[in-house]
Amino acid sequence: MSGRMNWRGIAAIYIFELHRFRRTIWTSLMTPVITTSLYFIVFGSAIGSRMTEIDGTDYGAFIVPGLIMLSMFQESIFNASFGIYMPKWTGTIYELLSAPLSPLETVIAYVGAAASKSMMIGLVIFATAHLFVDVSVAYPLAMLAFMAVIAISFCMFGFILGIWAQSFEQLQVVPMLIIMPMTFLGGAFYSISMLPEPWRTITLFNPVIYLISGFRWTFFGKGDVDIGISLTFVAALVLLCMAVIGWMFKTGYRLKK
Amino acid sequence: MNSIISVSGLGKSYASGHVALHSVDLDIREGEIFALLGPNGAGKTTLISIICGIVSPSVGQVLVNGRDIISDYRQTRTDIGLVPQELHTDAFETVLDTVRFSRGLFGKARNDVYIEKLLRDLSLWDKRNAKIMELSGGMKRRVMIAKALSHEPRILFLDEPTAGVDVELRKDMWNMVRHLRDTGVTIILTTHYIEEAEEMADRVGVITKGRLLLVEENDALMRKLGTKTLTVHLNAPLAALPEALRSWDLTISEDQHDLDYRFDARGGQGSVPALMAALGEAGVGYHDLSTRQSSLEDIFVGLVHSGDAADALTTQGADA
Repeated sequence: MSGRMNWRGIAAIYIFELHRFRRTIWTSLMTPVITTSLYFIVFGSAIGSRMTEIDGTDYGAFIVPGLIMLSMFQESIFNASFGIYMPKWTGTIYELLSAPLSPLETVIAYVGAAASKSMMIGLVIFATAHLFVDVSVAYPLAMLAFMAVIAISFCMFGFILGIWAQSFEQLQVVPMLIIMPMTFLGGAFYSISMLPEPWRTITLFNPVIYLISGFRWTFFGKGDVDIGISLTFVAALVLLCMAVIGWMFKTGYRLKK
Repeated sequence: MNSIISVSGLGKSYASGHVALHSVDLDIREGEIFALLGPNGAGKTTLISIICGIVSPSVGQVLVNGRDIISDYRQTRTDIGLVPQELHTDAFETVLDTVRFSRGLFGKARNDVYIEKLLRDLSLWDKRNAKIMELSGGMKRRVMIAKALSHEPRILFLDEPTAGVDVELRKDMWNMVRHLRDTGVTIILTTHYIEEAEEMADRVGVITKGRLLLVEENDALMRKLGTKTLTVHLNAPLAALPEALRSWDLTISEDQHDLDYRFDARGGQGSVPALMAALGEAGVGYHDLSTRQSSLEDIFVGLVHSGDAADALTTQGADA
């Protein structure tokens, strides 16, 4: 072990997780590409032909940030939850628990690997979008930073889910029944300014709106809500996830007997 | 010999009220093979799981090489390798990758020379590129051992290492364990197989219902409790022992047709001819003889079922 941190342990888990991603590289990458393409066909072509612009932005380009976020939310949660749930399910968690790894190192390794995969998928979707629409990014570095923070925060959420889940069904419930509807209703395909009251106000209670809006700001320099509020929400999400993970490790919740 | 593991007042209870361990005290000596015997649910796995960091203790303390397993977990876990009872493996990984992964997990730099030697010693080198799912149960067991040894631990826990393996592999495992001990590794194994403990262990601990009943040197245990009984089937009933036989440890059976003579199984055999001569001189005729030797299994079963080992052993907890 080098120094105070077990970097080799972190690297071992990180490489192991990416190795699993590499084994399923085609399904891992092709699935979001095909899904995104279908969204562009349905929303971009079919609906976009009737709704050419939103807030001065071409509709096809307008939905790109939302599509990237949609896939990244799902992939982040899936990869991170699966990463920690599988050792629990197969029983190999014994090795993780008996290794000289701190909770922080464990989270860095699993969340880091899952976030890396999500970033790759997000960038592949971004590249795929260029096949369908002409989209430019106003603040490229901010876009990458936002993607990274969103990937990390949702991977932490997925990590929590993976520890909490006691069956594959539970693993699926949150992303399918909570995250996906929230994303669809969070302005992924429309601007909330298009909604009538009271739906517009109700939508503001959906935290996803702030994430998508913030990401859209990095593309077009404007969003549904102020970028400062979006960043505050992202920071709050990160801190909340860190607090929950910290509590889980401290108490050994569903990790240790 | 120095204690490499020191367990004091260790207890584990669950929210359900179930108490898995009752204030266990135990010292494991550096370089020994220690066998922990006990029936299912005795607390064997709970005890080693706590030492390895998998289960949180409710009370008590465990020191590994003088370091606390909670406050100094990095060092203590680095010193320990664990082979669990169940074959928990990543089915899609290759043997080489999974063993390298385990080494990295414990913070050790990659060492292909050591890993090759380890896999060769465990007859796994030819299977190094095979996926674990393609291996037999015995081979998977070897992979588990290779993973546990990948970071060169000073202490190896083997939880029921030969459960469900064939005789040949069991013998191989015994040889491997002895070889490891010769290289300085301290080995703690839990087992149901009495002959395994009898064959390999330097010391034996018996645990049941979360309580450690005894800890004793294997040889000393057999000396103390490993007695042999010679039964002399008499030609005629004997109401009382003749004066010439009263110095012998003899017991007359209730029906007065047999004489039982208890002697040390490891050193008292020479007394049997003398007893036969004494019987002849005393005019006690007999027509048959039979002997019975107690085994570690008898001792174990007796301890577990009596639940009162203290009466049987003066050394109970001497090392605990």
